[in-house]
Amino acid sequence: MADSKFKGTSRYVATDDLMMAVNAAVTLERPILIKGEPGTGKTQLAEEVAAALDRPLYEWHIKSTTKAQQGLYDYDAVARLRDSQLGDNRVHDIANYIVRGKIWEAFASDVQPVLLIDEIDKADIEFPNDLLRELDRMEFYVYETKELVKATHRPIVVITSNNEKELPDAFLRRCFFHYIKFPDTETMEKIVDVHFPNLKKMLLKQALEVFYKVREVPGLKKKPSTSELLDWIKLLLAEDIPPEALRDSENRKAIPPLYGALLKNEQDVHLFEQLVFLDRRSRTQ
Amino acid sequence: MLIRFFFMLREGGLKPSITELLTLLAALKSGVAGYSVEDFYFLARAALVKDESLYDRFDRIFGAHFRGVEANFRALAGEVPEEWLRRQAELLLSEEERAQIEAMGGFEKLMEALQKRLEEQGERHEGGSKWIGTAGTSPFGAYGYNPEGVRIGQAGSRHRSAVKVWDRREFRNLDDTVELGTRNIKVALRRLRRFAREGAADQLDLDATIDSTARNAGLLDIKMVPERHNAIKVLLCLDIGGSMDDHVRICEELFSAARTEFKHLKHYYFHNFIYESLWKDNRRRHSERVPLSEITHKYGPDYKLVFVGDATMSPYEIVYPGGSVEHWNEEPGAIWIKRLLKAYPKAIWLNPEPRARWDYTPSIKLTRELMEDRMFPLSIGGIDDGIKSLH
Repeated sequence: MADSKFKGTSRYVATDDLMMAVNAAVTLERPILIKGEPGTGKTQLAEEVAAALDRPLYEWHIKSTTKAQQGLYDYDAVARLRDSQLGDNRVHDIANYIVRGKIWEAFASDVQPVLLIDEIDKADIEFPNDLLRELDRMEFYVYETKELVKATHRPIVVITSNNEKELPDAFLRRCFFHYIKFPDTETMEKIVDVHFPNLKKMLLKQALEVFYKVREVPGLKKKPSTSELLDWIKLLLAEDIPPEALRDSENRKAIPPLYGALLKNEQDVHLFEQLVFLDRRSRTQ
Repeated sequence: MLIRFFFMLREGGLKPSITELLTLLAALKSGVAGYSVEDFYFLARAALVKDESLYDRFDRIFGAHFRGVEANFRALAGEVPEEWLRRQAELLLSEEERAQIEAMGGFEKLMEALQKRLEEQGERHEGGSKWIGTAGTSPFGAYGYNPEGVRIGQAGSRHRSAVKVWDRREFRNLDDTVELGTRNIKVALRRLRRFAREGAADQLDLDATIDSTARNAGLLDIKMVPERHNAIKVLLCLDIGGSMDDHVRICEELFSAARTEFKHLKHYYFHNFIYESLWKDNRRRHSERVPLSEITHKYGPDYKLVFVGDATMSPYEIVYPGGSVEHWNEEPGAIWIKRLLKAYPKAIWLNPEPRARWDYTPSIKLTRELMEDRMFPLSIGGIDDGIKSLH
């Protein structure tokens, strides 16, 4: 079992509790449900688990119109009807019109795959209930061909949710659960280090300071998250902004350069500028 | 041992099921957790708790249940936990401080004393000047002032002792009995969506397809019907000004979230209590008022009525004619709200004041009676309950 332990990767920093939850799910072959603020790497986790354990990844992205059935298979009745009118020979075998969904593909995989069900809360409220048996027994029945599809290897199922809808208890009971909390400064330094290994210590320190300060601004609609911080640092590097500029901005102008990468809506930018203005005025007085 | 813990969790308001307990036991059996309390804590949390708003409650119960166990651990070990001793190499000492240690008899002596004291000390400790713990002046512990100190248990990723993880209670502000904060409200308001988006359907219009295929001389002609949208209708009445100023932000957020969620949302403002008219625009509240009769006439009884207000005022403002603080009202507010409730049988009152204060404010008690007890706190749990009673 030692080789199949997930310990984070060279591109992904996993905290102890996250590793524990993932490893428990992998060992017991149960789905794991991941929640957390947007931009804390929920979706990426599945990719990294697949990469770390060297497994194929099947991604199923959920939209508000997605039905559970679509993950299993689609029966293209319209195509069959059309073929029948055109006198196509394929029409006699119904199996020709069964299109496999992501879950079926994952079930059919030769090695144990990782199956990502992304943003499950976007779908209809009944959606998770429709998948109970499939995720529990890892099998489903194709009514059209009267065939039982069973997983060759129980996939490692990673499910992400943004908390837009509550998930049913029966569904939750079958999963492990982990809430990715916003990283503290120390973890954040590790994360940045993983993405920008040669970042100057000074710049990183200043950037993190500014970042956490922006996050602390009261009343922001959308607080900047990890992915925004990484984008911002990428921009700072691209523009070759020296660390002194960040410190200067704290004392004098107080608007960090390229702040558009951190604040994503105009009310927030406006609020921020107002606060900076007030702050500057109180200093000059 | 785990069965008692399991029932303690259930008593504490968490609802882990037997399946989940069995999952945890299976995970323990397969050796995922290793043999540290911290590992066990992470594993138990992932297996038993499925909602981050309950993390804090779990932390507290876990702490209460396992604190004693951990002390046993220490007694069994009979000496300083290895993790603590490992820190001796990492003491953050300057030259002068080191000199002071020499004064106490050197490093070895210090560690010896530490070990001895640990044996004497039976339990977790804070403050004080002798025992090991946090925030004291003993040479051992954390956040203290003794320059000869050995830091123990101060937050640092590798060193944190097991209890600290749940002692920190990082998820405290997510507990759903806490009144809403800026982050919490977003989560809570999404619950409104639950009843606004049910029954999404994207279907083949069978009748129209048969009809048009027949007209098309038997050649297939597919007709689709657009997704059925939810037709829920909400009439939102917001208290504005006066004692509500403390709650402006929360109401703003509720309002903006509600606006994007419901296709049929009508909103009106009132001040302190409902009288014969409401208004839509606060800047023109005196010139453009809408009579209540016009509202009940315009919007049918299928609208669901949601009041948001602290209902904190003088009781006269509710029960007496002329009680309004802004104008002379011929009939008391109590009569007007009864009329509204008659027109809209599905109604709730969301109150940003904490529930504990309701019984001490006569006007809230009065309003609650008028609302037939359908008053809910403006918290995650409250909105949830309120929405249930609207169904």
